[in-house]
Amino acid sequence: MRAFRNAIWLSRSVPLRHAKLAAKQQPSPPNEASRQGISGISRGGAYTDCVWSQLRRLGLGLPFGRDPIRTRSPYHDFPATLINTGHFYLALTLWLMIERTIMANQQSGVRVLVGTRKGAFILTSDAKRENWDISGPHFAGFEIYHMKGSPVDPNRLYASQCSGWFGQLIQRSDDGGKTWEPVDNKFVYDGIPGTHQFFDGKPHPWEFKRVWHLEPSLTDVDTVYAGVEDAALFRSTDGGKSWHELAGLRGHGSGPNWTPGAGGLGLHTILLDPVNQGRMFIAISAAGAFRSDDTGETWRPINKGLHSLHIPDPVAEVGHCVHRIAMHPSRPNVLFMQKHWDVMRSDNAGESWHEISGNLPTDFGFVIDVHAHEPETIYVVPIKSDSEHFPPDGKLRVYRSRTGGNDWDALTNGLPQSDCYVNVLRDAMAVDSMESCGVYFGTTGGQVYASANAGDTWAAIVRDLPAVLSVEVQTLS
Amino acid sequence: MIRIELPAHLRNLGRIDGELLLHVPSPVTQRTIVDAIEAQYPMLRGTIRDHVTKERRPFIRFFACEEDFSHEALDSPVPDEVASGKEPFLIVGAIAGGR
Repeated sequence: MRAFRNAIWLSRSVPLRHAKLAAKQQPSPPNEASRQGISGISRGGAYTDCVWSQLRRLGLGLPFGRDPIRTRSPYHDFPATLINTGHFYLALTLWLMIERTIMANQQSGVRVLVGTRKGAFILTSDAKRENWDISGPHFAGFEIYHMKGSPVDPNRLYASQCSGWFGQLIQRSDDGGKTWEPVDNKFVYDGIPGTHQFFDGKPHPWEFKRVWHLEPSLTDVDTVYAGVEDAALFRSTDGGKSWHELAGLRGHGSGPNWTPGAGGLGLHTILLDPVNQGRMFIAISAAGAFRSDDTGETWRPINKGLHSLHIPDPVAEVGHCVHRIAMHPSRPNVLFMQKHWDVMRSDNAGESWHEISGNLPTDFGFVIDVHAHEPETIYVVPIKSDSEHFPPDGKLRVYRSRTGGNDWDALTNGLPQSDCYVNVLRDAMAVDSMESCGVYFGTTGGQVYASANAGDTWAAIVRDLPAVLSVEVQTLS
Repeated sequence: MIRIELPAHLRNLGRIDGELLLHVPSPVTQRTIVDAIEAQYPMLRGTIRDHVTKERRPFIRFFACEEDFSHEALDSPVPDEVASGKEPFLIVGAIAGGR
């Protein structure tokens, strides 16, 4: 089934050509097409109207009581290839039966993994995402910087657990978080660690402090990456039983010039490219973004186009305080960045960046994420400033752009619009891949908000957790 | 046998119920006590002392016989009362280290 799904996914460019050709004969409403983004990969608009018009011309109604084309899944382009076959309706009917079965079978619910200052919480719901079961606190009393599940086996979870007293622990679950086992917590820098720059500008020895982010491999259940403070990247290939530094990152030359951000010199973002084998991206506060094309052996900075006033040379090769990077798996060359200030975009895998802050009320913030099915739909939560870590005007607003940036709409329905002074930290937003994309974020006030309709409306799943450090979502089958 | 009391978090982590009883070869020192704990409970490695330097973590304290031995040399013998099992060796989370 996975291979079949991938085959359909990768073949989308072919049906799009059919759809675009047919759309010339059946023009769509003017606003609809433009709302679907600039890439042409998002479906809907002209393509949708084309299919509908052919259905209506045949005098056919909805076979299953819903609009099958406006849903968002990798399968929707497939019917377009059948338009030219002469057996459109029969094939479409069969396809919709298959698709409906696939979707129903694949998406039974979601599991939200929440890391907080005082433990981990696991929130689960069925596909409606209205009623939630909350378990936790797991590892009560410990800071859980991050939890994430393996894309290969969703029951395999990893958690970064730490405290000022007892240091770093890594926990692993093989049953979706019901039980946990501590695995190896020995993070030792490769060779002689050397120094980075400290706040006072003096050299400071590299010292391991904690794991900020865990990123399981896309293909191997036992391979997982760890981004740590002081900034370095580690990898385990045995399910967390041992860790080894990918020392090429610190060793590429600029390491001695890296400086901590206010929260420390943390490697917080790890993006694995699902298309270009061996390519990965990381980001460090406050060094910037880096890319490897050889599975982490060698690295180079990818910060061209960033402009940061907090460093002597605003366009320096390194030194930028990148807060978060996001990508859509179907277009790994397109990256979105929330920098300390500025929301940025790259269309060439980080070779260059340009600003897309547009009409945001402030372009400071921490989180950024991409809609699961619309690669040009992105989300940020603007925060007032670097010294005022709360939403402008006390109004908690998620901003959504459906055009890949610059044009942003405030999403407020269900979010507090007065007297709200929480923060949303860099790892605390995630999306599910349900048919109607769910968006989730957690606040330092302990709320976890969810939207089951791509941000149109919001509701708090839970309101009084400890300060939320991270939110990840698994779409369960 | 040496009697060892661990903080609640470490007991949970090691799934230890109550006081820990371990055989520690002579001479009994802070180092040999922690060596014995880590040998029996590998999941506690790195939580009491650093993996590499073997230095006590900054917010961990070693108490025994109503005295603070945290700043004693790691290889100094612990009091006879501890070595004989009469008194427990207390590993304590300092009144700091959390937030």
